[in-house]
Formats: sequence, structure tokens, C-alpha cells
Amino acid sequence: MRAQIDSGRCQGHGRCYDLAPDLFGDDDEGYGTVLGDGVVPEGKEPDARLAASNCPERAIDLLEEG
Amino acid sequence: MTERSEGIKRHGPVVTPSDEGGLMTDRFAKNYAELRDDQPLGTRNEIVTGPVEDWATDFSHLEPEWAADPYPIQDDLRQRCPIAHTDRFGGGWLPTRYEDVAAIAYDTERFSSRSVIMSNFRPPRELAPVGGTPPISSDPPFHQHARRLLLPAFTKTAVGRLEPATRAFCHSLIDGFAGQDVVDAARDYAQHIPMRVIGDMLGFPPEDGPRFREFVENTLEGVNLPPEERIARMEQLFDYLLEQIRDHVANPREDLTTYLIEAEFGGEKLQPSHVAGTMALLLIAGIDTTWSAIGASLWHLAKTPADRERLVADPGLLPTAMEEFLRAYAPVTMARLVKEDMHWAGVDMKAEDWVLLSFPAANRDPAQFDRADEVVIDRQVNRHAAFGLGIHRCVGSHLARMELRVALEIWLERIPAFSLDDPSAVTWAAGQVRGPRTLPLRVG
Ligand code: HEM
Ligand code: HEM
Ligand code: SF4
Repeated sequence: MRAQIDSGRCQGHGRCYDLAPDLFGDDDEGYGTVLGDGVVPEGKEPDARLAASNCPERAIDLLEEG
Repeated sequence: MTERSEGIKRHGPVVTPSDEGGLMTDRFAKNYAELRDDQPLGTRNEIVTGPVEDWATDFSHLEPEWAADPYPIQDDLRQRCPIAHTDRFGGGWLPTRYEDVAAIAYDTERFSSRSVIMSNFRPPRELAPVGGTPPISSDPPFHQHARRLLLPAFTKTAVGRLEPATRAFCHSLIDGFAGQDVVDAARDYAQHIPMRVIGDMLGFPPEDGPRFREFVENTLEGVNLPPEERIARMEQLFDYLLEQIRDHVANPREDLTTYLIEAEFGGEKLQPSHVAGTMALLLIAGIDTTWSAIGASLWHLAKTPADRERLVADPGLLPTAMEEFLRAYAPVTMARLVKEDMHWAGVDMKAEDWVLLSFPAANRDPAQFDRADEVVIDRQVNRHAAFGLGIHRCVGSHLARMELRVALEIWLERIPAFSLDDPSAVTWAAGQVRGPRTLPLRVG
């Protein structure tokens, strides 16, 4: 699974980096960023889904790979 | 029908690109009345108060019935008339579905933020896209400049640095309750926390707290008062801010006031009215809102022993529960002005009509949330809109969440058992920021 933030939609609510700090971070203005290459480590899928389902702007896409 | 007249001068200094006077060294020399004299006129309508006949055709968010319990009214409207209308305030609309609230928040082309407080006064159209209190009153493209100035000071990391002082302050408030059986949690606890935090960020003297409270109440709760009185109240606020600004010009410090005085964009310093307007916004937006969120959460816990006991036993659940309190008791409703006549979602909106943008109503729409009318403190999926949606997302949301978490955590740790002393003594603020203003809790 790979996480992606649509920077056109993200408004910096920060739900993603509150709920899944291993997967998401913030920039100097508080907008969400994907940590590393965005690949969600094995076992962390539920955290990624929790973050995505709490983003008020629906800015997080989770791409199932493979 | 109400009638609009070109009457009173707008209260606030208006930022116009041609206003050169503001850029000199004594750019903060003018007082509020002098700044106001340069302003174009706004539009006023007749003030209509009194009991609402039918909420679908005559709503008013300033009547006591709404203040006491707006949710049944909103739930009823969502079913029977999802975009309600009123002739009060010179004409306005009230959408109650999440979908419509979101669409309007995103549609900055057709809905302006030139005024976000639905009242009997429409600021002059020339005020757009800046507005009296940037960035909340600003439209694109100006909005993003005013907003970007503030963002770095309000990131989660930046506000995290204020947490230790906030914790110590909450403890000191509770130390002050020693020996009391009943405590007014709204007046003697919730209110003081955001006041101290934002006062410190702006670099205002801590003993001025009670004065800010007065300014905030005046702005948000005096909406139906006569204009002369409102102007006099605004004057007090702005003259206070200008006094603080001049003191910071003379003695620069590491705080938000000095930051705004020094800030530039496009190679120029900000207009005095922008500096003062943004400071007013931070005071007003930062205090009432967070005070309401802390108060409403404590009110819920005082009347719901099962939730209180669960949080005392499992403080790790607090961040999740807090989001649910923000959803169910969202304190903030905003407004927009319709830019041009149009047919929108089945209704005929006219230019200059208000839209009361109820994030609280959106947050209780069953089409968006399961068990929308219940408070479920372990709700996992909670895409609520308490901090708005789209480009005006609350700049202070990370600060507000820190304050709310710390305030509740320390209260529950120090006062794990509490209940409503007298449910009928609880009072709620009327208007667009809703929360308890009197909240007597039995703590002994
Ligand atoms: C978040 C910030 C603010 C809020 C919520 C707010 C809200 C209001 C409200 C509700 C009124 C009443 C209008 C009426 O009943 O007619 C009003 C009037 C007024 N406001 Fe503000 N205001 C804010 C900031 C400002 C600023 C920054 C200025 C000036 C720089 C300003 C200047 C005025 C003036 C002059 C009036 C009286 C206008 C009149 O009644 O004709 N306000 N404001
Ligand atoms: C629980 C507390 C709070 C709630 C529920 C809340 C809610 C909101 C909402 C709904 C908006 C969107 C306005 C719109 O769409 O027109 C907003 C904007 C704003 N809030 Fe808050 N707020 C809170 C606390 C704070 C605090 C503590 C501050 C700062 C000290 C703050 C500063 C702002 C600012 C500057 C904006 C304007 C953002 C922009 O227009 O770009 N708020 N707030
Ligand atoms: S939760 Fe959504 S809007 Fe908020 S920072 Fe993350 S991606 Fe952006």
C-alpha cells in the first residue's frame, strides 16, 4: 500500500500526522506530508486507513499495490 | 420586509492599495476614529428581533431558543427544508446538510467572506478581497498571503512549545478552587485558558485578560445592538490594540505583535489596519471558540457519568473523545455573502444575501455520520468540520486542540468526580460562537 496526499486538497488539518505520526508529517506551514517514499510498512495499513478516513478534506489516497 | 439604507460609516479601518499614509514610521499614529473616517459606507438593514414563527422561513440564530438548544431545530430543518430562509438581517439562508455546507465553504468564487458575522450590517463591497480582519474576512487571491503570514506560528510543533506553560496555568487555576464545593467551570476555568495563551502569544500584559474578555463578548454577542453602541465598542478594542502596537514599535519583542509589525509581503510592510485587524481576529477567534469547546466538553462529562468514568480510567482515549466533542458541540458557525444573483441547490439566492454556514449542523447530518445525534466518545471515523473546510481551515486548530486536550486532561486528573450542580443554571452564548457561559459544577 502506498499513501499519497493531494496537495491541492490538503488544508493542514493535521489529522493524518496526529493519528499516524509514523506515516505522515507536516511542513513549515502545517500542511501534511507523506514520510519517506509513502510506502506503508507491513502492519501499518490500519493506521493509514484511520488517517485517511479522518481527513476532513479527503486529501489522502491509499493506493493498493501488487 | 427589511429595508437597506446607506447609513453608518463602517467601523473598521479598510485596507486599500492606495493608502500610502500607513507606511511611514508613525504608521500607527492614527486612532480608531480617524482610521474610520477614511472608510466607504456599508449597508444597514432594519433590526428585527422577537420570537421566530417558522424556522424554515424566519430563522434567527440570535433568539434564546436557538442559544438554548439549536440541534432539534437544525435536525428538523434538514428533513423538511434543508436550505431555510429568513428576511431578518436583510435576508439570508441556512443550509443544514453537510453536503451543502461543504460545497459553499469550497466555493469561494460565488460566496464571499467579506463578512463572516451575519448581522444587520454589510461592510462595503470595496472591502473585498481583504476585509476588516484578514485572513478570515479575505477572499482569493489576497487570502493566501494573509494566511501564510500566520501559518508558521500555529503549526503543531510551534504550539507544542506553549504546552508546558499551559499545563502550569491550568494547574494554578485548579489550585485556586481549593475549599470550594461548586465551581463555575466556564467562567473560572475554561475562559481563562485561551485568554492567557493568546495574550502571551501576542505579548499583552497578563493582567489585561478581563479586558479582552469584554471585547470578545461585545463583538460576538452584541450583534443586534444599535450601530452607535457597536461602534463605540469596536473603538475600545482597536484603541487598545493600537496602544499595544505602539508599545511594541517602541520596544520590539519576540511575539506575534512584533512579528506582524515587521512582516512584509511584496516588499512592503502591512497596512496598520491589517496589523490591528489580524490581532483583533486572533483575540476574538482564539478566545471565545476554545473557551466554548472546553466548556461544552466539561458540560457533557458532568451530565454523562459513564463517559467521565471511562475517560478517567483510560486517559489515552481523550484525543479521540475530544474530536467527538468537537463534532457534536462544534462551537463555531461562520457566514458568507452571496456575490451575484443565482439559482443554487434549488433556491434563488440574491446578491448580498447572507448564508449562515453552520458547521455544527453539518456535523450532525446523518447522511455523513452514523449515529449523528449521539455522542460516541470512541468514534473512530470522524471527518467532522468543526474547524471549517477548504481555504479558511482554522489557523488556530492545532493550538485549540492542544489547549482543549491539556485543559481536559488536567481537570480529569485533578477533579475526577464532578456533576452539574443545577442544570437549569447553565447558560449558553447566543450567536455564532456557542458554548456554556455559566457552568456551575459540583466538585466537592
Ligand atoms: C473577528 C473580528 C470581527 C467580528 C467578529 C466583528 C463583528 C462585528 C459585528 C457583528 C458587527 C455588528 C454589525 C451590526 O450589527 O451592524 C460589527 C460592527 C462593526 N465592526 Fe466589526 N467585527 C470584527 C472585526 C472588526 C474589525 C477588525 C473592525 C475594524 C477594523 C471592525 C469594525 C466594525 C465597525 C466599525 C462596526 C460598526 C459598523 C456599523 O454598525 O455600522 N470590526 N462587527
Ligand atoms: C475550538 C476552537 C476553535 C474552533 C472550533 C475554530 C473554528 C474555526 C472555523 C470554523 C474557522 C473557519 C472560518 C471560515 O470558514 O470562515 C476558523 C478560522 C480561523 N480561526 Fe479558528 N477556531 C478555534 C480556535 C482558534 C484559535 C485558538 C485561533 C488562534 C488563536 C483561531 C484562529 C483562526 C483564524 C486566524 C482563522 C481564519 C483562517 C483563514 O481565514 O484562513 N481559531 N476557526
Ligand atoms: S489530515 Fe488531510 S488536510 Fe489534514 S494535513 Fe493531513 S492530508 Fe492535509
